[in-house]
Amino acid sequence: MGKYVSYILKRVILAILSIIIVSAITFFVMELIPGGPFNKEKATSAEAQKVLEQRYNLDKPVLQQYAIYMSNIVKGDWGVSLKTGREIWPDITSKFYVSAKLGLMAAVLAIIFGIILGSIAALTRNRWPDRTIVFLTTLGTAMPSFVLATLLLLVFCMKLGMFPVWSANNPNYTLPIIALCVYPTAYITRLTKTSMLDALNQDFIRTAKAKGVTQNKLIFVHALRNALIPVVTYVGPMIAYILTGSMVVENIFTIGGLGTAFVQSITNRDYTTIMAITIFLAILMVIANMLTDIAYKLIDPRINFE
Amino acid sequence: MPSLDKKQFLSAQVDLSKFNDASFEKATDEEKKQQDVMGESTTFFKDGMRRLRKNPFAMGSIVVLALIILIILVAPHICPYSYSQMISVNGCRDKSSANLAPFQYSEMEQDYIEKTGKSLFPHIFGTDSLGRDYFIRVIYGTRVSLSVGIVAALMVLIIGLIYGSIAGYFGGTLDLIMMRIVDIIYSLPDMLIIILLSVVLQETLTPVLKGTVFSKLGANMISMFIVFGLLYWVGMARLIRGQILSIKNNEYVLAARCIGTKSSRILRKHIIPNCLSVIIITTALQVPSAIFTESYLSFLGLGVADPLTSLGSLANEARGALQSYPYRLVIPAVVICLIVLALNLLGDGLRDAFDSKLN
Repeated sequence: MGKYVSYILKRVILAILSIIIVSAITFFVMELIPGGPFNKEKATSAEAQKVLEQRYNLDKPVLQQYAIYMSNIVKGDWGVSLKTGREIWPDITSKFYVSAKLGLMAAVLAIIFGIILGSIAALTRNRWPDRTIVFLTTLGTAMPSFVLATLLLLVFCMKLGMFPVWSANNPNYTLPIIALCVYPTAYITRLTKTSMLDALNQDFIRTAKAKGVTQNKLIFVHALRNALIPVVTYVGPMIAYILTGSMVVENIFTIGGLGTAFVQSITNRDYTTIMAITIFLAILMVIANMLTDIAYKLIDPRINFE
Repeated sequence: MPSLDKKQFLSAQVDLSKFNDASFEKATDEEKKQQDVMGESTTFFKDGMRRLRKNPFAMGSIVVLALIILIILVAPHICPYSYSQMISVNGCRDKSSANLAPFQYSEMEQDYIEKTGKSLFPHIFGTDSLGRDYFIRVIYGTRVSLSVGIVAALMVLIIGLIYGSIAGYFGGTLDLIMMRIVDIIYSLPDMLIIILLSVVLQETLTPVLKGTVFSKLGANMISMFIVFGLLYWVGMARLIRGQILSIKNNEYVLAARCIGTKSSRILRKHIIPNCLSVIIITTALQVPSAIFTESYLSFLGLGVADPLTSLGSLANEARGALQSYPYRLVIPAVVICLIVLALNLLGDGLRDAFDSKLN
């Protein structure tokens, strides 16, 4: 048990370190941008400038500014948008709700379909179901999500009119979810197929077969359980993929989620918002990766901890 | 010839006492010749190439890639239009040339053809909303996307190779420290940092680069290369370190050491040839991933600077007039998919051909 605890501890420390590094990179890189927030075309008097800088701690050394920024974030104060002047945090939470709904559905669908298709491909190896699935997954991994999203929008929304264009009152998540989940589905399918084939060739499967275990029990209990372990490792990277992918997909389908907000803040050069959303997404991704790693070590006792 | 009686049942030893000189005949020259190995001895590389040639997908990908490269090299010399300029007739700017359909001529061009009787080069994919020939823009976009992919993959290869081989070969505390650094970089969300750096470097680098060769590429591309150089090599470094570690512990390396082979010869004869296939395959698979990243950034408006273009930027521009000119999206999309698909299939084919362990 001790080694589990020490592993988890190590992984948590690494995650905290990554979050600190990402936020530091974000903060200091933003400092490189020429000009301060109050150096506008309209000349402010020197005194007023000074008061403003004091008010926002801009007169302090950069390191101290970073410390203040981070402690504010921990307290839930993520700063104010440069464009709208509104608090950023309530905006992030309300928009993240939309993105999380979209991303979660895409992730769940990708896992379910990926495992099913991967198992089918492994069990029908070199016959037509396998070949079709391999063909589709190869196509799926060769298409960037934004290309797929725009093509889906063009064909099903504009040409065929099968789905309405997205609006807040009439949200239809079908097309965005398809656009987001194709790549992870293809990836999980490949992963499941290889690990399933691997598992089916193991000695314990032959032993189970020799002992007269039924085909169904053999596949679902003995082989699949072992085949799923590599799939677990992909959950962390998948969440990162979906979070970054949703930036373009939300933008294309004009969904008012966090991705759209991020892209908008990039086009508007709204630096405080860019900074806040980057740090927020980074924390999510780092935590997702950490949980994935820990879960992986917990379910597979064969893995060594070195 | 006497039957091959054995000394004991199940023994492989033959009882020689039953043979006499007459039982043994010398082989004639002709018979000796039959034992000669007729085929040329094959090398690791030749063997791999033979297997690669048998893979129809990999060979198809090579053909497709060769065709694409040929087209992007030759087309700018044949096609008289420029990727950055509006079409002009007789040195006069043709304002009616915007948004032409494929193979359509503008009014000014039609007049010109009627008056002079000369034929003009067709606009194979039509023109864009600024009156630039779309075919030549797709060609230049493909050039940019492909070169970005290749340069990025080479950068990842060089940095990862040096870092990974130092960590793997020297081992010990140095390895431990170097791998902790890799762990930390690996856990950073790379895409976010790319976006962030692109935003910031665009502001800071643009004035610095002004007037240099790099200004044509734009600050965004430079920042993307910087990020590739800073972040993406970690996967490669890990892989190479792992390879070197596992090869170092193989019996044949131990055997070579035992007979007193020098380290440099072990490195040259055993470690590098055994790593090489994995390195080449990973580099080949890195190219499409870099192309993906580039097109994604271009799509966010963080790609190459106008008037230069890339496949991602072309797709992004096409979104504005998606209803009326859908082919402007479809063409760059198809080219991206073709390139990525071909590189992926080629990478898989190389892996199957050269590295049976990875399969």
